[in-house]
Amino acid sequence: MSPPQAALKDLARRFARNRSALVGLAILAAVLLLAAAAPLLYPATPFALAGKPVSPPFGNFLLGTDMLGRDVAAGIAHGAKTSLLIGLVSTAVAVTFGTLAGGLAGYYGGRIDGLLMRITEIFQTIPSFIFAIVLVAVMSPSIASTVIAISVVSWPGVARLARGEFLSMRQREYVQSCISLGMGDARIMFAQILPNCLSPLVVTASLLVATAILIESGLAFLGLGDPNVMSWGFQVGAGRTVLRTAWWVCTFPGFAILLTVLAINLVGEGLNDALNPRLRNR
Amino acid sequence: MAGADDIILRVEGLRVDLPAGVERPHAVEDASFTLGRREVLCLVGESGSGKSITARAIMGLLPPQVVASAGRILFGDEDLLKVAPERLRAIRGSDIAMIFQEPMTALNPLMTIGDQIDEVLRSHGGGAGAARRARILALLADVHLPEPERLLHAYPHQLSGGQRQRAMIAMALVLEPKIIIADEPTTALDVTTQAQILSLIRELQAKHATGVLFITHDFGVVAEIADRVAVMRHGRLVEVDAAERILTAPRHPYTRLLLDAVPGGKLRPPAGTEARPVVLSVKRLAKTFRSGGGFLGRGRRVVRALKEVSLELHRGETLGLVGESGSGKSTLARCVIRLVEPDSGEVALGDVSLTGISARALRRQRARIQMVFQDPYASLNPRYRIGRLVADGLLINGVAPAAARARAAELLELVGIEAAAAERYPHEFSGGQRQRICIARALALGPEVLVADEPVSALDVSVQAQVLRLLADLRDRLHLSILFITHDLRVAAEVCDRIAVMQNGEIVEHGASAAIFTAPRHAYTRALFASIPGRRAGAQGTGPT
Repeated sequence: MSPPQAALKDLARRFARNRSALVGLAILAAVLLLAAAAPLLYPATPFALAGKPVSPPFGNFLLGTDMLGRDVAAGIAHGAKTSLLIGLVSTAVAVTFGTLAGGLAGYYGGRIDGLLMRITEIFQTIPSFIFAIVLVAVMSPSIASTVIAISVVSWPGVARLARGEFLSMRQREYVQSCISLGMGDARIMFAQILPNCLSPLVVTASLLVATAILIESGLAFLGLGDPNVMSWGFQVGAGRTVLRTAWWVCTFPGFAILLTVLAINLVGEGLNDALNPRLRNR
Repeated sequence: MAGADDIILRVEGLRVDLPAGVERPHAVEDASFTLGRREVLCLVGESGSGKSITARAIMGLLPPQVVASAGRILFGDEDLLKVAPERLRAIRGSDIAMIFQEPMTALNPLMTIGDQIDEVLRSHGGGAGAARRARILALLADVHLPEPERLLHAYPHQLSGGQRQRAMIAMALVLEPKIIIADEPTTALDVTTQAQILSLIRELQAKHATGVLFITHDFGVVAEIADRVAVMRHGRLVEVDAAERILTAPRHPYTRLLLDAVPGGKLRPPAGTEARPVVLSVKRLAKTFRSGGGFLGRGRRVVRALKEVSLELHRGETLGLVGESGSGKSTLARCVIRLVEPDSGEVALGDVSLTGISARALRRQRARIQMVFQDPYASLNPRYRIGRLVADGLLINGVAPAAARARAAELLELVGIEAAAAERYPHEFSGGQRQRICIARALALGPEVLVADEPVSALDVSVQAQVLRLLADLRDRLHLSILFITHDLRVAAEVCDRIAVMQNGEIVEHGASAAIFTAPRHAYTRALFASIPGRRAGAQGTGPT
């Protein structure tokens, strides 16, 4: 068997040995399924007034309704799609951009490194959530602006990581041998170095998804989410005024956020352990 | 020779198990030997032979999941495999001490030398402060460290490699142990330092009447220090005998093979290469490294790695660049193939200058000069099949994929790797095979000049010989010119037509190998020769030839 296949199989085996990672994966799969099945389970828009306002859970409605009579369960199902979508897309953008910037800085070093790292530092000096609020407020709330805001505040961490990896790989003899073969820089960076620093990037990316979901929820909670799209943060925000009289409006979406973020973190940890087996056998 | 009552350590039928899923079930199998008082027993073997594991089993320092499953290790009448951990801890240090290969990692970088030695004394109840201090000072003088008073307060990084190893030895000796286990204590050192450390170990061993279990892979070192020799292979002892007998009349074929593989300083016959045209000329090449220096550029360290070095390489010849670590030989190699930008000077390949041309023009010239690196484990990208790795150079130079693959297969055959193996990944090959693959890759573009930076120093001796033969064979068949960088004079003697000796960024002597070897002019060259381990045996006419 060729190493990529064998390595993948080995990775899966090590991952499967980690029980909490498997639990995380199961929860994540359930959330994914929920997001996919939302249009079938609740064909109507989640903003539709489904029944009597503030009806308690486990009656006519599984998780009750909010103060406008919207079905909380329908909101959670549709919100799952929003959360996952924004989490994945913004992470993809942040990782791509961060890897590119960090890779260039680490590979070329010198002035390019200095410049790119100073830019990264400027981004890192601004508290990320407040920065995200400012960005969304400036661009006017929508799915796209949320994704952009989250990506902009998340890429510097990835860039720092990628820079460190590229910097150390740059000195490896296999890279030196590629240079002496006359290989171009782009090819060395993407075909030779990048595959060798994928594992830390994958782990970081998985944890970034969780952070992105949290930021998205926070933005929506503050009313800075896309007004036409149902989201967990929006539900929590809408229900906070009736927290004492109708606890279920906030609580269930809150649990959804908690569980999803926890699941992604567990999976990320599991991936980390599986990709760095030496650290784990200690 | 040790009599029966003089034996202080007796290993009987030792077996050490490896965790499941490793290539062999036992690291050590059925190993039995004895160590006498006042005796140096050398445990010799290639990498993976189980020699270090044996030493660690004695110290009770086996890595997790590796267990001694059978046999006895008798120290006096105690079985070290069975004693309580507290007892073992008491024995370690006070009765059995260990010296490690890499003193930089074996010493605590955050503690002064004095404190580290003192800690050993204190943890074994070593008396009052002043008495301990006097003892440490005496000991530091014993291992010939200069200015013991000052060294008490020095940190490991402030010492040279040789001094650190001396400090380690002082630390091992502080409780007057009955046994010292030395695990490749000189492998990380330069030859001149190695010679000093070996004679120091000899001297102290005689003075303190210690038994020394000395682990090494180098038969030169064995000839220098051993009373008796135990040869290990694949976890088994193949031969245990007195050093003279092992070195002169080995009975086991494996021992003979190892001895034959030792580069013996057998001179290459002069080929008169100096009359041939010059393919590579280096003129007044200089490189200075500046490091450290924080924000305001204070406390900068400046190292002049190359001080206006000039040399010429003729067609079809091997020029050896010999020197110790820090002499600038690797910097020179990297400047020549332009992996490092020289500060000044010129490198010319035939009539094309490699310095002062654009990056694009340089990339076109790169095919003509290729490099083989020291560490075959680090110089192949683990993510690609070796066929692809060898073909890479051709692919980026616009050769069609099918043709490149076919050529890669030919090249692999040329270096003695089956073409069918092209579909396999680097980790499936041994160190020697990987170095062959690296050579195939370097040859793919049909270079005129090959720069080989310590190409065999990471390999076992038996493999070293094969790779050196391959290089010599390729040079003759393909009319290659090789710039061969090595720290090992024995290797240089075997493969080089001419030799340049480097010290502190300068070439102090150069000339035909035969001339340099028979009549070295420079004092440093003479010092290097005097330090070659195993010359004692060689002088008696018993050394490997």
